[in-house]
Parts: sequence; structure tokens; C-alpha cells
Amino acid sequence: MKVGKQTYLLDSDVYIQSAYSLAGPYESKGNFREYFDAVMEDDEWKCKSHEMAEIQMQRYVIGECLSRVNVNPMDCDAIMGGDLINQIVPTSFSARDFRTPFLGLYNACATFGEAMAIGSTLVSGDFQKVICCTSSHYATAERQYRYPLELGTQPTPESQWTVTGSGAVLLSKKPGDYPKIKGFTIGRIVDFGLSDPNNMGGAMAPAACNTIVTHFRDTGRSPDYYDMIITGDLGRFGRETLHYLCKKEGYVLDNLNDCGSMVYSDKQKPGQGGSGAGCCSLVFASYLYKKLIDKSLKKILFVPTGAMLSKDSALQGESIPGIAHAVIIERED
Amino acid sequence: MEDKQYMEYIHTHAQKSAHAITLVWAFAVGGIICCIGQGFNDLFTFALPDWDKSKIGALVSMTMIFLGAFLTAIGVYDKIGIRAGGGSIVPITGFANSVVSPAMEFNKEGIVLGMMAKMFVIAGPIIVAGTVSSVISGIIYWFAGMVG
Repeated sequence: MKVGKQTYLLDSDVYIQSAYSLAGPYESKGNFREYFDAVMEDDEWKCKSHEMAEIQMQRYVIGECLSRVNVNPMDCDAIMGGDLINQIVPTSFSARDFRTPFLGLYNACATFGEAMAIGSTLVSGDFQKVICCTSSHYATAERQYRYPLELGTQPTPESQWTVTGSGAVLLSKKPGDYPKIKGFTIGRIVDFGLSDPNNMGGAMAPAACNTIVTHFRDTGRSPDYYDMIITGDLGRFGRETLHYLCKKEGYVLDNLNDCGSMVYSDKQKPGQGGSGAGCCSLVFASYLYKKLIDKSLKKILFVPTGAMLSKDSALQGESIPGIAHAVIIERED
Repeated sequence: MEDKQYMEYIHTHAQKSAHAITLVWAFAVGGIICCIGQGFNDLFTFALPDWDKSKIGALVSMTMIFLGAFLTAIGVYDKIGIRAGGGSIVPITGFANSVVSPAMEFNKEGIVLGMMAKMFVIAGPIIVAGTVSSVISGIIYWFAGMVG
């Protein structure tokens, strides 16, 4: 059912039946270390290259997410997901090992939100089971967007650290004692003209503000309807900026959090926090899912955010368009 | 909120580089690298008394380039760079780092099309700028010689 301009509330129940998270070695020392289902001992994970390691990460996470609830990959109607690498190689290459229909998506770091929105719509229709999975890897993202790993460059204070990790969820029609996806607000591209690729939090905050404010206007809800409003990878500065922008629109977000700024501990000091397509899926499949299962969180608005830039677009002087999708996840008593 | 207003907000609120600290680090590390180079110069002058100055200079450069490449290969140079910034980029060891690091990175795409083709992606501009500026200064030098 469409509500307002961009929000859809699902007519039938869509359950998040299972979730599985895999964290990289650096992430496993962060704030959520006790929530991760599995941890990689090193960046290459016994693979020949970092790209192959990322393929292996997604394959592993999808496999474990399904075997946890004894579901055969062939019984799923679709795998959907994406990552940051050109031609979404890690996602599509990991899907070749499952005999499951595949839909590759790209919304930069907001891909997980996009996958959940589309996946839940399909499951509220005729689909029975859909897997949503995204990943990112520090080394593959550095090579594609920045410099070789061993080059001695100095990070700027605004820069973020790409999360090595992957998270998958299984959306299902099967009723059970699981969290439900109740609806979503699809965001639009917002670009305020910021062109510094080191300040992605600042570039994405207006998009997140637009989606969140649209969500509240569409549904008539206020921020305190949710236990937590959690964005994807704005980082500390981006999160403050979002708080400021929403306040200007008349919404004070006291329950605002950000996966990117929470994923690393203060001791690790990786600039503004984590980023990447795997950042929000990793935090969702570990910390948030477990909090929803044990009912310490009951209603959350999950808002993955993405910066849609490429290395070439930045070099050609283009500004950075931002995107954010809001997914409503609720847990019944 | 208008785009302009937002840019102003970002400009005033975004965290700035701590210039004082980064400058001190760059100065110190860059200075230490140069001192090591001078140390080799003195050592070679002492050990090879028959060699002239330009030969000794070339030997020092070669030694420093080797050290930069070696520290890159064992994964130390990038860690120095995080703190030192320009201090470890500007000396000749930084040039070695900028050639060896892409060579290592793209080795996985094969020797010819990976490592050899992409070895100069970062050092390329430095070589072009160096060649062009030496040609220009050569022309100026030539004209200056005609006048003077």
C-alpha cells in the first residue's frame, strides 16, 4: 500500500527468518566483536587475491545464513545484493555457486537497503524466500577508489575506513518469531554540490535527511515512534550533519545512530568511522538482528546510505550524488 | 536548505587537518630521511676516497631508492606515510614507494599487463613534470648563456 509520496507499507507479513554476519580482522576488534557470527583471521582468507576473498566472503555468508535455518539454496526464489566493485563482481561471482535465480543491484553503500526494499516487496507478493546480501572489502575498495595499499599516503580527518565484512538476511513468508519488514521509503538522489571524495558523510547526509523527513511526512509518524533510527555509513561528522539538517526541517532525532560511526571502537581511530556496502549489512546481521531477536529493540528505521561516485567522476570534477533508503523493521511482543 | 548554505555549513563544521602537528611530523621524518642520506654520503666518501662527488651522489641515491623500495615491500613505508605525510613522499624514497606499491598491487593481473603496465600510474606524472621542467630550464639556461 502506497502512503504519501515515496513510502510503501507491505500488505502481508515479511519475516527476516535468518541473518549471518562475517567480519574482517580489523572489524572483529571493534565495538560489535561479540555479535559477529564469524570472523576472518586475515584479509586474504586463503584466497589468491582480495577480490577472490570478497567472493568467498559472500558465498560463505549466504551458505551459512541458509544452513542455519536448514533451507536449501535451490528452494530460494532469488539472491539479490551487490557490492562496491566494478560490475559487482563479488556478488555475481558468489551467486554462480548457488543454483538460485540472481538479481544484482547497485546503490553503492545503500545497496543493502535497496535489496531489502525490493526483496520484501517480492516476498509480500508471490515469492517465498529471498536472500539479501552485500559485502565490502577494505583492500578491494582502496584499489578501486583510491591508491595502492602500500603507498604511503596520509588520510584526511574527514575520511572513512571501508569495512571488510559481509552480512546476509533471509526474507521469508514463513510465519515465526522473527522480526518483520513492515515497509520502506525509497529515497531519491540528492546532490548539494559537495565534491570532496574524502568527505562522503557530508555528501550523503542531505540524502539521508530527505529520505527520513519524507518518511515521517508520508506516514505521519514522529521520530519517537522508533526505538532507533540507524543510518548506514555517514560517519561521525555525517551523523552530526544529519541531526542538524533534520532539526532544521523540524524533526529532532534523539534516537539517531549510525552503523559506520559505531562499528569501530574509539581506540581504533579510523577517521570518521566505517563505510562500504558491507558496513550496514554487517551491523544489521550481527548487532541489530540479535537486538531485535532478544527484543531489546522493537521498532527500528534502518536507513542505509550511499555515495554514488566513481574515481573518474570525482576526477572530472563532478559532485557526489547521495542516496538513502529507509526500511521499517518491527518486532512483535 | 540551499546548496550554498550547506556548503558553508560543511566548510565551517568539517574537521580540519591539524596543520601544526602534521607539519612537525613531515619536517621531522623528511629531515631524518635526508640525514640518513647524508650519512651514506659521508660513509661512501670515507670508504671510497678515489671516487668523485657525482659518483658518490649516484651511489647514495641508489642506496636510498633501494631502502624505500625495500621498506615498501615489507609493508613498513605506508605506515611511516600515515604519520609523516609529505615528509616521506618528497624524498627520493617516496618516489621508490610510488613505483613499488602499484607494482605490488597490480601484480595479480599478470607480469606484463598488470605489474609492468601499471607500475607508473602514480610516478608517471612526476616523470612527465620532471622531464618537461628540465627541458624548460635548459632552454632558459641556453638563452641566459647567449645574453651573458
